Amino acid sequence: MSTIYTALSQCVIRNVGAPTVADIIIYTAVSLCAIGIASSVILYFVARKFRVEEDPRIDRVEELLPGANCGGCGQPGCRGLAEAIVKANSLEGFTCPVGGASTMSGIATVLGLEIDTRLPRIAVARCNGDADRRPRSSHYDGYASCAVVHALYRGETDCPFGCLGLGDCARSCLFNALDMSAGGLPVISEEACLACGACVQACPRKIIELRDKGPKSRRVFVGCMNRDRGASPRKACGAACLGCGKCVKECSFEAIVIENNLAYIDPRKCKLCRKCVSSCPTGAINEVNFPPRKVALETMKFEPEN
Amino acid sequence: MLKTFTLGGIHPAGNKLSSRGAIVPLPLPDQVAIPLSQHSGFPATPLVAKGDRVKVGQLIGAAAGFISANIHSSVSGIVVGVEAVADASGYARTAVIIRVEGDEWDENIGRQESPDRYLSAFSKDDMLLAIQSAGIVGMGGATFPTRVKLSPPPGSHPEWLIINGVECEPFLTADHRLMLEKSRELLIGIRFLMKALGVERAVIGIENNKPDAIASMREAVVKHALGIEVCPLRVKYPQGSEKQLIQAIAGRRVPPGALPISVGVVVHNVGTVYAVYEAVTMHKPLVERVVTVTGTSLARPGNYLCRVGTPVARLIEAAGGLPGDTGKVVVGGPMMGKALVTTDVVVTKGTSGVLVIPRKEARRKPPRDCIRCAKCVNACPMGLEPYLLMTLGEKQRTDDLEAARVTDCIECGSCSFTCPAHRSLLDVIRLGKSRVNQAIHARKQS
Repeated sequence: MSTIYTALSQCVIRNVGAPTVADIIIYTAVSLCAIGIASSVILYFVARKFRVEEDPRIDRVEELLPGANCGGCGQPGCRGLAEAIVKANSLEGFTCPVGGASTMSGIATVLGLEIDTRLPRIAVARCNGDADRRPRSSHYDGYASCAVVHALYRGETDCPFGCLGLGDCARSCLFNALDMSAGGLPVISEEACLACGACVQACPRKIIELRDKGPKSRRVFVGCMNRDRGASPRKACGAACLGCGKCVKECSFEAIVIENNLAYIDPRKCKLCRKCVSSCPTGAINEVNFPPRKVALETMKFEPEN
Repeated sequence: MLKTFTLGGIHPAGNKLSSRGAIVPLPLPDQVAIPLSQHSGFPATPLVAKGDRVKVGQLIGAAAGFISANIHSSVSGIVVGVEAVADASGYARTAVIIRVEGDEWDENIGRQESPDRYLSAFSKDDMLLAIQSAGIVGMGGATFPTRVKLSPPPGSHPEWLIINGVECEPFLTADHRLMLEKSRELLIGIRFLMKALGVERAVIGIENNKPDAIASMREAVVKHALGIEVCPLRVKYPQGSEKQLIQAIAGRRVPPGALPISVGVVVHNVGTVYAVYEAVTMHKPLVERVVTVTGTSLARPGNYLCRVGTPVARLIEAAGGLPGDTGKVVVGGPMMGKALVTTDVVVTKGTSGVLVIPRKEARRKPPRDCIRCAKCVNACPMGLEPYLLMTLGEKQRTDDLEAARVTDCIECGSCSFTCPAHRSLLDVIRLGKSRVNQAIHARKQS
């Protein structure tokens, strides 16, 4: 340092008049170097002082995630999910609908965690009240949104719990897995649905449930949300769960409970025997992806007595 | 130049078909269903069970908390059940169902004004107690318990009592008829309210399309209650909204999110004043109200004094029956009323009218794209930007909605009314507003 200053001072002494071009170049270079060195020292200490400790595992987890940033996991993008997983240091309750089980097991290996052994899930719509079974009692011609109708009145049919049929769920689906049928009910594609849960959030009547996909995609579930008692569900819809309890009696595995006049089948206890399906007097219980039944005498026995 | 509010507003056709029809008592129905929640706040707790015998005016539901109201039987008869019954929105709400037998009134209720229960014989507390036990709520439609409005929070100073006789909704004439036929009683009621609030100044706001009501009230003021002002107002919807009325009459602006008491004003509806008069002078609870039954297709539009819990169907029968080409039956006015799913829905304390709309007029025109004409912005009486609120609501941008003051919306429907592209502005804004309110509530909880 001192030699530089000596050289500089000599230059200044020698050229008392206007500086030459060479002088200007030298001054510039030297002063820039000085500023650079000073800044690097300052930055070094600032960086030490304000260093952010970040878990390196977050980056590694993020690399494994698909990077779609769809928000289907409920976190703000893939980075958000990675941060949440590392922070919780557990995979419980976290799932990547796009990457699926392979991604999650990859993350589990990286973090040395147990894999969440949750079975793949799928959205199911718990309403069977299509146009034939559930007659319309009023006509709505306002803004086409289930949320608006739900806030306004009970809807075009007499069922205050059932599907409103205007497709808020279909619009919310980012994977084109959900369409409205001609009868006005949501139809969910087995292949396309990634169980991200967007439709569950979008439905103002909470009809859609994320359910275990089941072995060979076979599922048995109650296709009704009507919690009313007495005659009103039957009047409103031909496929309503009346809370009669026949299915509960029929079930050998205690998989069915009735709460608020509505049956619910626990997918973990259900052994897919399908006895409840034929016992239901209104046909409110759905079976999906089973091979066609052999018409047997025992199913005839459970026809409703009218 | 007559007074009115400054910002926005619209001029729908008045259609006051029933303004010449005197108030007629409706014959008692065979059965009534009295909902336990006819007010904003907590539903009342039922006090009767199936099989009980009740009289008119007997307490059948007790107020559950401060912001709640008592519910009284409007008929005498036998309780058939306490069951869920569809309300105006079609959703089930608990109601006491009573089969009517005779018309036996509770002994404590005078059917006529008793002289000793008149004027200054009452203290402020007597009156508040009478109003509270009578279960009186705001009868303009908001059904906020009147007792709560009469107890200003500590530190506030009520200066003005404004009586809302505006009735700016087209078609409705219930308040108009009350002002014509019960001018004297209303003035007594106003003096009760003035005393209960401790205010010196009371103004009755009436729109200029009811010159007979203005004249009648002015005449009554000269006779009975000098000092109370009658203020004619320029016709403009939604002048009957509390904040707009305060601005029109007192020239004061209620800040967003604040109550009128913050600018020293309390507003009560004409119907409420009449109920207060009856409660104080006759000890009569709120069991009946005037309902306008109207519509261009009805044979006999009119104003009926009917018991709370009467099915709407009975009112329509009295007005000449439901015409065959009916498209909608609306409770309330055409601007803010609610279309019914069934005419079994009953009259509640807040039901000001029943409007029958023919099919041709009921149909909504198909919506088209926004053409950016800004008519909705000019019409909004709260100075909001409805087109923007609708877009934000469709995109569910709750934070932006809150920043755009969606919570100020009074849901008057001026924007939808004025939109040349027939967009359902209010439907979406109302949904966005409820989402914002939920978010605010969640934030307060955490």
